[in-house]
Amino acid sequence: MATLQLRDVRKSFGATQVLHGVDLDVAEGEMIVIVGASGCGKSTLLRIVAGLEAATSGRVLIGGQDVTPLEPADRDVAMVFQSYALYPHMSVFDNMAYGLKIRGLPREQIRRRVQDAAELLGIAALLERRPRQLSGGQRQRVAMGRAIVREPKLFLFDEPLSNLDAKLRVQMRAEIRRLQKRLGVTSLFVTHDQVEAMTLGDRLVVMHQGHAAQTATPMEIWERPADTYVAGFIGSPAMNFLPATLAAGGTAARLDTNGLVLPFADGRRPGEEGRRLLLGIRPEHLRPGVGGLDLHIELVEPLGGESVLHGRLADGTALTAKLPGALHAEGPLGVIIPLEHLHVFDAQTGRRLDAQA
Amino acid sequence: MEKRVIFKGWALPLALLLPQLVITGVFFFWPAGQAVYQSFLREDAFGLSRQFVGLENFADVLTDPTWLDALWRSGFFSASVAFLALSVALFLAVQADKHIRGAATYKTLLIWPYAVAPAIAAVLWLFMFHPNIGLFGRMLNAAGIPWNYKLNGDQAMLLVILASAWKQVSYNFIFFLAGLQSIPKSVLEAAAIDGARPARRFWTVVFPLLSPTAFFLLVVNLVYAFFDTFGVIHALTQGGPGKATETLIYRVYTDGVMNLNLGSSAAQSVILMVLVIALTMVQFRYIERKVHY
Repeated sequence: MATLQLRDVRKSFGATQVLHGVDLDVAEGEMIVIVGASGCGKSTLLRIVAGLEAATSGRVLIGGQDVTPLEPADRDVAMVFQSYALYPHMSVFDNMAYGLKIRGLPREQIRRRVQDAAELLGIAALLERRPRQLSGGQRQRVAMGRAIVREPKLFLFDEPLSNLDAKLRVQMRAEIRRLQKRLGVTSLFVTHDQVEAMTLGDRLVVMHQGHAAQTATPMEIWERPADTYVAGFIGSPAMNFLPATLAAGGTAARLDTNGLVLPFADGRRPGEEGRRLLLGIRPEHLRPGVGGLDLHIELVEPLGGESVLHGRLADGTALTAKLPGALHAEGPLGVIIPLEHLHVFDAQTGRRLDAQA
Repeated sequence: MEKRVIFKGWALPLALLLPQLVITGVFFFWPAGQAVYQSFLREDAFGLSRQFVGLENFADVLTDPTWLDALWRSGFFSASVAFLALSVALFLAVQADKHIRGAATYKTLLIWPYAVAPAIAAVLWLFMFHPNIGLFGRMLNAAGIPWNYKLNGDQAMLLVILASAWKQVSYNFIFFLAGLQSIPKSVLEAAAIDGARPARRFWTVVFPLLSPTAFFLLVVNLVYAFFDTFGVIHALTQGGPGKATETLIYRVYTDGVMNLNLGSSAAQSVILMVLVIALTMVQFRYIERKVHY
């Protein structure tokens, strides 16, 4: 158990810069999920923490100690790989005991720790088997067990659930979270799946093109996304964006599509009259009704209790709504925008514009 | 998955197999049959008379102390060649597997010696280590180290081992490199995070995962050293000085072609034949049970 600090971590592969200075402070026992689309640098960041990749500049501190120049072996971290990376020629027991044997622990202690971890994960009956005799879910548990027995300062997870089928993934997700809370080990978890990110993390780091776009708790990110990228990435279906301009002395926005003026519920935004804005509204916050937007529904996706409606405005802007009930038809539909759920972004920078106090 | 093609009738499959069957028949089964037949006969050097002697040739060969010497010499020679060729190839493959500049060139250069004929390879080594005209031979002598493989049996043995191993390194290198590249990177990274240093990683993870390849190569190398090194020995030392480099295969040649002792030579070939069949069987049995990781 330890804290983790990243200080201005940068990484370039040749001329391509993949990390543009990432800072992060992880408290003891905290579970941080690094989430982002593929190629955003999230795995590279994790590998830099593990020591498998050297940062071009910047520092990594584990438990306050600068580990930047240290080999992976000297960092006392454990990692669960996407491919599990079990040693194919060793039994489950030997897979889990490998790191302990290297540290020269007494045989009896190794046996006890492996046994305890195996029972915790429900794989005690498999200890004599080889990895190729195990199912995907069992391999995943062995990989977890190999990390647990080491009792490391830090757990690193590199998309460990993406090779499992959907049902097992949900089950393992909950199990990882339970284990992590019970053991209280500081953890970094990399994923591209926003549901995994929302459910697993104490805090999330949303990565975008080598930057940490936002670092906050899942609910904070969902309620107050820092920019349009984060707003569009977290939440399913993705947030709708409508171009608008600042109006009424900064207290309202005028939609480009039909000139509708939406007064801000929480106060005025800075800037001149006519400043270009992007208004964000989550599909689940739209309500059917008149006096808002006139939508032409092109596709209805019933999900049982609710339906996702894909439609277009008169000027062709795509808009998605998630409404309760399954009885929706294609064709015209009026929706209203609840003002308290409006997100305001600057159209140029994409940054969130908060209300002035 | 096994893929089966079903032919209608006999003509086409027979025609397709015939070239291979003819070559195997004419160049393998016929001479092999001749050897087995001759191994039961005793013939005078001019081929004027022959006599059936049963297993007497075999008994003579197996009790001949000089043949037993050659057997041990062959064993030593083959083990040395196999060990040297395997360990050097493994070392080079591990180096080539790293991300180094010019890796492609390096790999190509390492594969070239395999294309060199045994006799040519031997001449190459001869030009390097001949005591009078060889570059290294002269250097050794000039440095005060008496080097003359034509007089010193141990030096002659060393030279044929080096030359034979050198030729086999390429073949082993290709297999080892392929084996190394099939080990997932993440497994090695997992070992690194588990605290294993490079040397320990190699012996506890890489080497065990390479062991099926290594075993296959061991058998191939032994067969090579036993049977395919005739050209190297013939061109370098002709089995000499004395009998210092006379291996079993070279002795078959000396007894049969030089001394025209056809019965004994045939019996020796039959023994070698049994040996190679045994090695091949070990190989096949192993491949059937081969562990796939």
